[in-house]
Amino acid sequence: MDVYAVDLDRVRVLVVGDSGVGKSSLVHLCCHGTVLANPSWTIGAAVDVRIHEYMEGTPQQKAYFVEFFDVGGKQAHSNSRSVFYHTVHGIVLVHDLTNRKSNSNLSKWMEEVTLTGSRLCTGVITGTGDGLQSRVPVLVVGTKLDQLDANRRTAVLNGDSEIAEEFGAEELLLDCTAAASLAPGSGNAVKLSRFYDRVLHHRYHRHSPVARNNPTAVPGPRRNSPTRRKVVKHSLWEINS
Amino acid sequence: MTSFFIDSFIMFTTMVFFFAFGWIFFMHYLFKDYEVHRYSVQIIFAVTFSLSCTMFELIIFEILDVLQSSSRSFHWRLDLYIMLFLLIIALPMYSFYFVAGSIPRMPDSRRVRAVFMIISWMIFIYFFHKLGDPFPILSTHHGVLSIEQGISRIGVIGVTIMAILSGFGAVNYPYTSMFYFIKPVTDADIASMEKRLSQTLDIISSKKKRILLASRRNSVSNNSKLWGLMFQGIKSSFTLSSPDNIKQLKHEILAYEELSRQLFLEVIDLNSRKERIQYSQTYKGIYFNCLGYFFSLYCIYKIFMCTVNILLSRVGQTDPITRSIDICIQYLGFNFDVKFWSQQISFGVIGIIVITSIRGLLITLTKFFYAISSNKSSNVIVLVLAQIMGMYFVSCVLLLRMNMPQDYRVVITKVLGDLEFRFYHLWFDKIFLVSSLSSIAFLYVAHTQKPDH
Repeated sequence: MDVYAVDLDRVRVLVVGDSGVGKSSLVHLCCHGTVLANPSWTIGAAVDVRIHEYMEGTPQQKAYFVEFFDVGGKQAHSNSRSVFYHTVHGIVLVHDLTNRKSNSNLSKWMEEVTLTGSRLCTGVITGTGDGLQSRVPVLVVGTKLDQLDANRRTAVLNGDSEIAEEFGAEELLLDCTAAASLAPGSGNAVKLSRFYDRVLHHRYHRHSPVARNNPTAVPGPRRNSPTRRKVVKHSLWEINS
Repeated sequence: MTSFFIDSFIMFTTMVFFFAFGWIFFMHYLFKDYEVHRYSVQIIFAVTFSLSCTMFELIIFEILDVLQSSSRSFHWRLDLYIMLFLLIIALPMYSFYFVAGSIPRMPDSRRVRAVFMIISWMIFIYFFHKLGDPFPILSTHHGVLSIEQGISRIGVIGVTIMAILSGFGAVNYPYTSMFYFIKPVTDADIASMEKRLSQTLDIISSKKKRILLASRRNSVSNNSKLWGLMFQGIKSSFTLSSPDNIKQLKHEILAYEELSRQLFLEVIDLNSRKERIQYSQTYKGIYFNCLGYFFSLYCIYKIFMCTVNILLSRVGQTDPITRSIDICIQYLGFNFDVKFWSQQISFGVIGIIVITSIRGLLITLTKFFYAISSNKSSNVIVLVLAQIMGMYFVSCVLLLRMNMPQDYRVVITKVLGDLEFRFYHLWFDKIFLVSSLSSIAFLYVAHTQKPDH
């Protein structure tokens, strides 16, 4: 365990969603484990960092920096956000469970990120020959779970999210104002750390011999309904980092 | 009697049509990104919009002499009473109800909210009544609950809003549409600013990483005392682990975060200027540029006329339509049926004024709503906007009276009551002058303050 390393390798995760859904609170909770006291509108992007142990408990354990780029969601700033989409290794789509429109806007966000991302990069698309996922890992997070009434909450907790299925992503449902939502060992924390592992795997270990020999060692997203695999609309969603 | 029913049926059909328009506008433009939790807010907004449009419709019917005169009067009064009820009682109370719900330390019971709502409404009514004192807007022989009391005060507020918006709009429109004012922007400028922004974000992230590494070292060395003792010497040379440096790093991070926000706002500004320059090279842009020149001349003319009106305390008695017809007949020797043509021209001019006012106000309200609303405050803001919209349209009717020939003014005078119309026009001129001059000053300062890159 390399405690005294001065610098670790890093990956960059983009956190996008409509204005006011709770991205800044979510990032603060992920990185510091405490609730953000006075959230205010994010202008531009806010950066926060966390250290994640890849493959914890195995001989390949290694520490990495996970940088969160929390991009402000105001519509008026859309023409200038492209500067944040240059290098993206993972995407977190955040929506507000009390506002259904923020969920339907997620596909627009995905388009914005992938279109600008593929325009900025040199257009190199990774080959799909090795059978592993060549697309940037995505996580969908629904916030403000505590503000839903009981009926809606059970419906949301038991249902599958369309957006998550479309991108092959997992979905987290939580309340960013409760520090216990991401307590270590809770279901949400496990999913989150699986997501970090997928991001790190996609960035650094895709072509490593371990992964190639043992594809099942790669953590993948849950697939609850294999028969209902929608055609992925975003064919541009193969950003090479 | 049957004609009254037919007329009422026609009126209600058009009201329903306007209601549907307001409903769709609310859903597709205002609440584009929000889920509607309370349909009552949407209903009130659509009803206010529908009543305002009905008022304009009645004016047009007045000019074209559609429907019976008695049914028109009846519908005028009905419309005004409901409008007054909405603007003075329903909308303020409902807004206060929502405000009560969002105050942080308020206990969440309905009774507390209702009490707060009633008390704040009483305060609102008190100030609303006081509004009548400094202005000579009423002849004194009216009762307290007459329609004139409400309309006169609403007229003051609405005319003020109208004058501020038109003053600012008259100055801002040439400024934004004329290319003379756009400073050139190159792609290199934008690229260099974006580079600075990414570098700042990298600096912030590296400082945060240093803090993380330092605290990781601290926690590990705390866990294993033996290793801690052995590496005491090495650890002391890592000055990063001292709490003072962490504090200093945090201060630096805050400063860099503020810098990144400023840089991002600069990037936005550069990108919008670039878009405007690209737009200026299209046909549409050139067309609006020419319009901008005309508009700036009109604006200067209007400011001049306002000053003259205020100095001479003069309010025009004849409307522009009759005056231009007179000029045509006297100086240009045209000979035509005055009554018929004045009716047609009035219809055209008033129709254009009405449609542009409605469209202009809806666009302004939408921009305003996008800028300041958030998920929590959207209901309150919509109600306030509905109130502004109602007051605006009522004062529009008030001021429209001056643009109509004498014959058609009669009904408005009869329905709106015995108000001092002269006062409103003078008041509009004063506020317009103040608003346009201060917008010119504000835009001048903003234009010269922007640093050139």
